[in-house]
Amino acid sequence: MPAKANLLTTIWQRLKSWEGLLLALLVAIVGINSLNAPGYLTVANQTNLFVLSIEKVIVAITMTLLIINGEIDLSAPSIMGLSACLTAFLFRDNIPFGTALFLAMAVGLACGLFNGFWIARVGLNSLVVTLAMLICYRGLARVLLEDESISQFPAWFNELGQKNLIGPFPMSLLIFLGLFLIALVILQYSGFGRLIYVIGNSKDVARYSGVRVPKVKFLLYIASGLISALAGLLLAARLGAVRGDLASGYELDIITMSLLGGISIYGGSGTLYGVFLSILIILNVRNGMGLAGLSGHFQTGVIGILLILSVLGPNLMRDARAAINRRRLQANLQRRA
Amino acid sequence: MKTFRNILVGLVSRFRPEQIRLLFLLVLMALVVIFFSIQVPGYFNTRFIVRQSTSVVVIAILAIGQTLVFLTRNFDLSLGSIVGVTAYIVGQQLWRHPEIPPVGAVLMAIGLGMLMGSINGVLIAYGRVPSIITTIATLAIYRSFLVEYSNAVPITTNNLPRWLVKLSATSLFSIGEFDVRVTFAVMVLTLLLFQLVLSFLPFGRRLYAIGSNPDAARIAGFPAKRIVFTAFLLSGALAGLAGFLFLVRFGNITVLAGIGLEFESIAAAVVGGVSNNGGSGTVIGAFLGALLLDLLQNSLFRWAVISEFWRDAILGILILLAVALDFVVFDRLKNLWARVELEVSAGKAGDESKDLGEVVTHAS
Repeated sequence: MPAKANLLTTIWQRLKSWEGLLLALLVAIVGINSLNAPGYLTVANQTNLFVLSIEKVIVAITMTLLIINGEIDLSAPSIMGLSACLTAFLFRDNIPFGTALFLAMAVGLACGLFNGFWIARVGLNSLVVTLAMLICYRGLARVLLEDESISQFPAWFNELGQKNLIGPFPMSLLIFLGLFLIALVILQYSGFGRLIYVIGNSKDVARYSGVRVPKVKFLLYIASGLISALAGLLLAARLGAVRGDLASGYELDIITMSLLGGISIYGGSGTLYGVFLSILIILNVRNGMGLAGLSGHFQTGVIGILLILSVLGPNLMRDARAAINRRRLQANLQRRA
Repeated sequence: MKTFRNILVGLVSRFRPEQIRLLFLLVLMALVVIFFSIQVPGYFNTRFIVRQSTSVVVIAILAIGQTLVFLTRNFDLSLGSIVGVTAYIVGQQLWRHPEIPPVGAVLMAIGLGMLMGSINGVLIAYGRVPSIITTIATLAIYRSFLVEYSNAVPITTNNLPRWLVKLSATSLFSIGEFDVRVTFAVMVLTLLLFQLVLSFLPFGRRLYAIGSNPDAARIAGFPAKRIVFTAFLLSGALAGLAGFLFLVRFGNITVLAGIGLEFESIAAAVVGGVSNNGGSGTVIGAFLGALLLDLLQNSLFRWAVISEFWRDAILGILILLAVALDFVVFDRLKNLWARVELEVSAGKAGDESKDLGEVVTHAS
């Protein structure tokens, strides 16, 4: 019998964690949505829901790695916009489309290198640097396209973004699953992943232990730049049209996905499993509000509130736990006296 | 070597590194004006100065609020939405109730701003949610509130009372050909008020203390939470005032009003030498930063060689350069200054008593 009791307590412990809370929340939201809309919980609808925000979800992976590392990349949505705008700009000037895609990825790499240089090598604050670059890369995207909207890309490009590749899954979803698995293995089951956590916990301790902190940070920013550029191209393929403000304002959703998943904004803790759950929650919340007829702006406001709650909640919980412990301690002391 | 040393000692006794920074900004501004005077015919005249003085008002007042928040090692990214919401609501109320007196309208704007600033402040100071997270979220929340509240009905100049529309072109008095507009006078007064508060009042000094060393400030018994809360409250109030001036200046308010102002205010503060690590910077510096940015934007707009779309790209690079320059040059300059100052005082002390001189040299 004790073995069974142990198993139950482990499951109970798991459920009491942040991930367990997210799971319960997810079940509740999906339950409510299914009651409101018949046919909600079908593979087709759940896939569709993913595909409608797949670009944000892909960037959330690298954002998670960076936040665990104790840094942040606010410029990711602007890199998405810049890579898509560069492709559209080159396409309009009759550059072969393959070359345009290649150059767009190269510009993503360049943006990542640029961010990484200032943050990892020079040692500037990542918030300020990526905030400045959020403005700058977006500005460059505007310079390229000005007020124009470019569409009519080659048919194969739009089909890749819009049609299903294998079974009910389009290419973008497969790319996400692939990247997510790679990130999961790297972060949760490899030495490099441990380094990411160690640096996030304490940069100084990591440095004194002989970890090459700048190198790790540099690699993460390069990954963030490349993946953001890829996500920008996927967004262009799915929408079939590109404008200067493509993907602007996505940083709210992307950061919320990471933080709601239990990633600490101070770095060093949280897992990708939690992030996966929080992605599902955010997608289902947005979809549910859409079904209830609430506008996109209203949904954005709710996501903002979710973001605050995802940090405020654990803070208040910690306060409450500390207060309970203190009271218990005082009661014990009084009993002894 | 000896002469270099003497020059350095002379400099140290006359200027502080922060003052050199402000001087540098003024020189940069002069260069911008000279460059565009050569490039654009009929660029520099009194009309240009008057227009510049009114166009800098909104961003300068936001930069003051951003400075207060920066001093405590925080950010306020929600300023653009606060400006939009106050400009819209005050405009709407004046449309429905034209009998509201000017003072009432201003107080309503400041009150609305304070309300939104206090929401930020409570979450950041008492809820311990990092300011960057809180204000990214409230930037979106306030904006989506505005969109829902307005039902996409814009405020137009025709709907506003006459006194408000005329206010932007009303002069308080004129110095020669230069008209001092009412809005500009309001900005100058606010600027002076907050510079005095920061320099002389206990509250101002505590802002610096908390920013330069939060732990020390807490141990010294400063009510850190209340001070951070007050900084956000004031930043919101200033954004409310800026929202009113935004309404005065443009008259036409849509749900998009004020988007991007939060970035410009951060740029102004950083370029003006307010450190994002807290604890250093002045309101006057932030104003000069705002003036330089606004001057550049207005000038690029009139320069035919490159498109006005370069504005944001240049803004971003300027923020980065300002931060990098601070980190690479000015920090070293400050250290150099401190060393030279110590040596000078050690030298002086050495004349009087050798022992004291030695003590000071050891301390360095």
